[in-house]
Amino acid sequence: MNAAVVVFPGSNCEHDVVHALRVLGAKAELVWHRETDLSDFDGVILPGGFAHGDYLRTGAIARFSPVMKEVTRMANEGAPIIGICNGFQVLCEAGLLPGVLLENQDLKFICRPIHLRVEHSNSVLTRAASEGQVLKIPLNSYEGNYKASDEDFKAIVTNHQIIFRYAEASGEISGSSNPNGSMGAAAGIMNKAGNVAGLMPHPERATDQILGSVDGQVILESFIVSMETAGV
Amino acid sequence: MKVTVTVRRLPNISDPQGTTVARALRDLGHEVAKVRVDKLITLEIEGDDPDAVRAQAEEMCEKLLANPVMEEYEISFQP
Repeated sequence: MNAAVVVFPGSNCEHDVVHALRVLGAKAELVWHRETDLSDFDGVILPGGFAHGDYLRTGAIARFSPVMKEVTRMANEGAPIIGICNGFQVLCEAGLLPGVLLENQDLKFICRPIHLRVEHSNSVLTRAASEGQVLKIPLNSYEGNYKASDEDFKAIVTNHQIIFRYAEASGEISGSSNPNGSMGAAAGIMNKAGNVAGLMPHPERATDQILGSVDGQVILESFIVSMETAGV
Repeated sequence: MKVTVTVRRLPNISDPQGTTVARALRDLGHEVAKVRVDKLITLEIEGDDPDAVRAQAEEMCEKLLANPVMEEYEISFQP
């Protein structure tokens, strides 16, 4: 099983992601955004950073990088595709996930560990986790405020497309546990099929005790297990 | 032809930049009810058929310059 970790001009979390995947026993390789053939890979990760300088809107230009045609093809074939932070924004702009990420409600850049509650385990990012599990993961973003049209959001809720919600350490969802104003306290969203998903917090930064948490492991393990079972 | 594209956030989408500018203007003593900061993109497009040029600009807006989930756009010609 081999994961492609896409590098856009301005990505900056790609090495952390590759390191974390390798520590967890998976193969992972960096792939430049101009690549047009990903047929040797079983899954794709779009890492965090500031792809193409975040010009126009976060992810707006990255979604037209040549590699995205291949990412879209794989997504439609059921391969596991995940976006972390800026990668989540790229997936939304590409239309592979619904909605958009706006500036945090209080206009502050947020850089601290937050708690996520796993809503269900039927997704590429939660397959190895259990419903209701609370994970402590660092959040590091300015545009993390998830929004969708009322109509889209209704469908997102009906289809159980929210996979992570911002929560208290106890797992309780409250106004104060939502750090950035996201609709439905959504921290992670999947497509209807569950093979494409994005989240704002950084699981790769919570994969070693020395980093203060290993709760990100179960998220990346979910992705690895998904690659093994997708059979693309 | 010179074309101007104005990209605005939809009315139901917050514009924190506008809110911040409004606050600063009020601090300066101006009475402003509301401020929205829009984007203005100037394009030079080959061709002299306004319909064809507008169609091109529209495609650019739909694909890249604006995101319909959060924005609307307006295309106008410059002399």
